[in-house]
Amino acid sequence: MSIYVNKDTKVIVQGITGSTALFHTQQMLEYGTKIVAGVTPGKGGQTAEGVPVFDTVEEAVKETGATVSIIYVPAPYAADAIMEGVDAGLEMVICITEHIPVLDMIKVKRYMEGKETRLIGPNCPGVITADETKIGIMPGYIHTKGHVGVVSRSGTLTYEAVHQLTQEGIGQTTAVGIGGDPVNGTNFIDVLKAFNEDPETYAVVMIGEIGGTAEEEAATWIKENMTKPVVGFIGGQTAPEGKRMGHAGAIISGGKGTAADKIKALQAADVQVAETPSVIGETLIKVLKEKGLYEKCKTK
Amino acid sequence: MNIHEYQGKQLLRDYGVAVSKGRVAFSPKDAMAVAKEIGTVPIVVKAQIHAGGRGKAGGVKIVKTLDEVRAVAADLIGKQLVTHQTGPKGQEVKRLLVEEGIDIEKEFYIGLVVDRATDRVTLMGSAEGGVEIEEVAEHSPEKIFYEVIDPVVGLVPFQARRMAFNMEIPSNLINKAVSFFLGLYKVFSEKDASIVEINPLVVTKDQRVLALDAKFNFDDNATFRHKDIMELRDFDEEDPKEIEASKYDLSYISLDGNIGCMVNGAGLAMATMDTIHFYGGEPANFLDVGGGAKKEKVAAAFKIILSDPKVKGIFVNIFGGIMKCDVIAEGVIEAAKEVGLQVPLVVRLEGTNVERGKALLKESGINIVAADSMAEGAKKIVELIG
Repeated sequence: MSIYVNKDTKVIVQGITGSTALFHTQQMLEYGTKIVAGVTPGKGGQTAEGVPVFDTVEEAVKETGATVSIIYVPAPYAADAIMEGVDAGLEMVICITEHIPVLDMIKVKRYMEGKETRLIGPNCPGVITADETKIGIMPGYIHTKGHVGVVSRSGTLTYEAVHQLTQEGIGQTTAVGIGGDPVNGTNFIDVLKAFNEDPETYAVVMIGEIGGTAEEEAATWIKENMTKPVVGFIGGQTAPEGKRMGHAGAIISGGKGTAADKIKALQAADVQVAETPSVIGETLIKVLKEKGLYEKCKTK
Repeated sequence: MNIHEYQGKQLLRDYGVAVSKGRVAFSPKDAMAVAKEIGTVPIVVKAQIHAGGRGKAGGVKIVKTLDEVRAVAADLIGKQLVTHQTGPKGQEVKRLLVEEGIDIEKEFYIGLVVDRATDRVTLMGSAEGGVEIEEVAEHSPEKIFYEVIDPVVGLVPFQARRMAFNMEIPSNLINKAVSFFLGLYKVFSEKDASIVEINPLVVTKDQRVLALDAKFNFDDNATFRHKDIMELRDFDEEDPKEIEASKYDLSYISLDGNIGCMVNGAGLAMATMDTIHFYGGEPANFLDVGGGAKKEKVAAAFKIILSDPKVKGIFVNIFGGIMKCDVIAEGVIEAAKEVGLQVPLVVRLEGTNVERGKALLKESGINIVAADSMAEGAKKIVELIG
């Protein structure tokens, strides 16, 4: 078991003929991901990396029965691409694209109201269920199958955490990057809920960063609902106020969104927070041992 | 991206939003000419720098004669103005806003922000004007009113009206306030702003509703569709290294320490800074080379780090996903060869094409200290610079 995606998930690549998309389509195919179609308007009928290309998402869904899409479309057109995926009735749209204008995303969120599609991202590394399917840009080799769920606002920091888990012999169920933008689709609580309900996931690693209050809200939810241990890390503990740290969402303003506040909120919800990113794995192992879950989570 | 107050006010004027009469001046002579044009007294001369807190720092002067206008303008231009937001060195004043003096009846606050909790633009207003809105929010949150805006219909007149009544704007001026708020939202949405703050918004003794200050911040991700806004960028207000970085689409922020950092991904870049701190070092910068960078971009990033005289050592921390390790290696090698590397360099590579990347660095003959993890790399660079 896993959350959101598995080895049978059929995937469309939106914007498949771009160079980044081509590279990652090839990487995903190598990992075993079932990529059944690509979409690039005007290039319908061609193939890319052996995958048939369609002009519209609607057509690609109709012809292949795909339920998930991954978007590599450039930022000015990415909001349009998300809405096209939603309109085609996909279960999930994963948007890798970064630098989408925030007012575009506000419109997208409004458009999605009342519709069933789950949006992951934008500005995220995607979703991977270890040894089954990789729908994203993360390096596949660092992931191993197991029982720990990972959810993160940051791409490369997710790799860092997953890599540590694998090196420590702790496998993962699914790793979800929710993205670093202020307005995004799936949030921490959505993913935590899914991990809480997944029988194969025994514990969760949650990686947040400065800016906004998503981590505080997640902490409140964890306190009231989570039955599985959660280990956390918050990036940007030493970031100065008022400086936007790369991610559009990562900024401390008016004294709000500080790492200290988030760590406090998480600790109040009984989440062990790793002091540095290098000890995320260690911290998890300590917690697993305390809860008697270590042997069940150890893969080797 | 930030702009000056006078530019913000011009933008408001373009959208029919009421602002006080005035114009920018670049010299004392200019300032006198603008004052003459305005034709009334008193005259307000305001230093134009991007940082807030100008009034308290002596950057705003109220004067009564043209001679005084010239005198305060001469004093302000070229001055290093130090406010609580500029840092100890301050910011040099190069532009002034010369305006009519306003007889204020009452000050208010109005602003628009992107609210992450609702995924909507929100209009915020308060009868508590002229003070830091964060302080009002902390001490008397009931005095701030909100209107959440549906992007399909925009700010609706009834919402603007409700806001004006909530803010206790005098009832004979409600219509003026409503058209002000509607215009403000129009500028915000059409120009892809991320924050607009009018603090204070004032009701004048002669029964006008106008913006006495204007603070705009624009969404950097949307500037591609606003050439007019891009032209308002004032390079004098930015760190030269940050300007150079922006040419290559690099996310670079100058900090106070001496360890140069090059990292891919904002989250990992922040975590790298945190880790350097943990081992007792101080980062000289935040630098995210982003995903899918070409060799040239990596080389440019490396040169920007090296151009900072504070830098006594460099830590490159890459976990390749969309970014390929061999591309990073090529960029680092190119830049190091071109400008010469005088300081210790620690490189940690992991992820996509990691073996190729490591091999390239090894073959290059450049003096590189390899690290297998972020913690090891941070520890090593802190040790190397002593």
